[in-house]
Amino acid sequence: MGEVSFVEVSKHFTLHVDNEVHHVQALDRVSFAVRDGEIVALIGPSGCGKTTALRVAMGLDPANSGRVTVDGREVRGCGHDRGMVFQHAELLPWMNAMQNVMFGLEMKGVRGKQLRETAERYLDLVGLGNSKNRRPHQLSGGMKQRVGIARALAIDPKVLLMDEPFGALDAQTRETLQVELLEIHARTKKTILFVTHDLDEAVLIADRIVVMQSGRVDDIVEVPLSRPRGDLSIVRGLPEFNEVRYKIWRMLHSAPTVH
Amino acid sequence: MADIAEPQKKSAAVSNNETAERRQTPRWVITVASVAVVLIIWEIVGRQINPVFGSYPTAIAAAFWELLISGQLGAALYDSLRPFVLGYGLAIVVGIPVGLVVGRFRVAEAALGLYVTAGYAMPLVALVPLLILWLGLGFAVKVAVVFLMSLFPIIINTWLGVVAVPKTLIEVGKSFVAPDLVILRRIILPATLPYIMAGIRLAVGRAVVAMVIAEFFTTISGLGAVIINSANNFDTATMFVPIIILMVMAIGLNWLIGWVERRVAPWQAEISGRDRE
Repeated sequence: MGEVSFVEVSKHFTLHVDNEVHHVQALDRVSFAVRDGEIVALIGPSGCGKTTALRVAMGLDPANSGRVTVDGREVRGCGHDRGMVFQHAELLPWMNAMQNVMFGLEMKGVRGKQLRETAERYLDLVGLGNSKNRRPHQLSGGMKQRVGIARALAIDPKVLLMDEPFGALDAQTRETLQVELLEIHARTKKTILFVTHDLDEAVLIADRIVVMQSGRVDDIVEVPLSRPRGDLSIVRGLPEFNEVRYKIWRMLHSAPTVH
Repeated sequence: MADIAEPQKKSAAVSNNETAERRQTPRWVITVASVAVVLIIWEIVGRQINPVFGSYPTAIAAAFWELLISGQLGAALYDSLRPFVLGYGLAIVVGIPVGLVVGRFRVAEAALGLYVTAGYAMPLVALVPLLILWLGLGFAVKVAVVFLMSLFPIIINTWLGVVAVPKTLIEVGKSFVAPDLVILRRIILPATLPYIMAGIRLAVGRAVVAMVIAEFFTTISGLGAVIINSANNFDTATMFVPIIILMVMAIGLNWLIGWVERRVAPWQAEISGRDRE
């Protein structure tokens, strides 16, 4: 199981810019739910609060009011029921790929033979079985993020939280990883909540798309594309793909946004 | 202190220059040439000067040989190195954890930070008489002077290093529910290593100076005694022997620290590309 609910989640920051105090309402009564095994994308212009929402769900930032629950249990700080994939992978540079994946597992208390075997299994899953002894700077951007995904999946979380995981990659690598993520999802059936600013990516991957503007949920859009969607060249040509894409594109471009 | 870091980098290239297939002069050749030029100029100029006011390499080499075969040099070196090694070693052992704690914990930084900053600027020479009153004239006071002089650069560098650790790396630890101590040991410590090594390196120069100061102001002993005695006898060539030994020692230690750094933090040289230089 892996259901995530945002219930009236609000979060504000105080910023000090040149002696002026700015109050930023990052999240304003955000409510939505992610069903078990579903992929939900959070999309919106920069500063709309999508990353903040993810960080609150991870437990890295506390909400000022409202709550996030995972399978009915309220999120209070980080936990092994959620696995985080960071924007720039954030691998520990002094550890090789294998050790990076093992780090998460060790923190969960996995030891000995099981530790190595689990880490190896997940590196194989992301196609890095042959590069497990490389350190992060010896890996390409796409490989780094594969390790990041393996590290998060290895602890067998109920929910995978991804913060613009492919945003820093070149277009081709990004597409390869999008297909791989869909394959991984088909095999593991994990619930995935991911943040993106790439509209195509959201429509290609997600079952539903949460559109955010200035800290609020603007709309939640169903993506009427069947799975598996392995061949993106076909999916991209479907009228449904373009309809949903255009619908959200209009939403994002109609409302005045604050940058 | 930059002059201390330079020879280390040059010697670092010695082991790696096989890969430098580009048409570039290897670093060690430049270093050797530089040393040769300086020695030749010194020799020519030095011979023109009254031997009381200056000396020159061959005279210093002769004085070195004399000190060496008389056994005086070995004894002095042993006398000097004992407090040096102990004081400097203690500074490393104490300085790194203190720097980590001051950098990591807000309360520690607010409570102790200013003493560290003030301690770094402390005119230690002025405090030596007080240290003598507390610790006497012997071994202990020398250890204390070396320790106090080399402690603060190590703390400050470690502290700065902790502050510079990217927040996201700490969040990686948090998101996998790593306890504070694990985050400190397995994320912050390795991320801070390059800063710590730089601090240890800066401390070498200060420790050497501290050692000589201690030997001048407490019981006159070791290499410091050789300097003072030969200066009093207007034997300038002999006076230069321990000075040059100390400088060579600093270069050697610096190289050793660089070697240790490449062993404990190999990813650092790989990231900066220095391993292929």
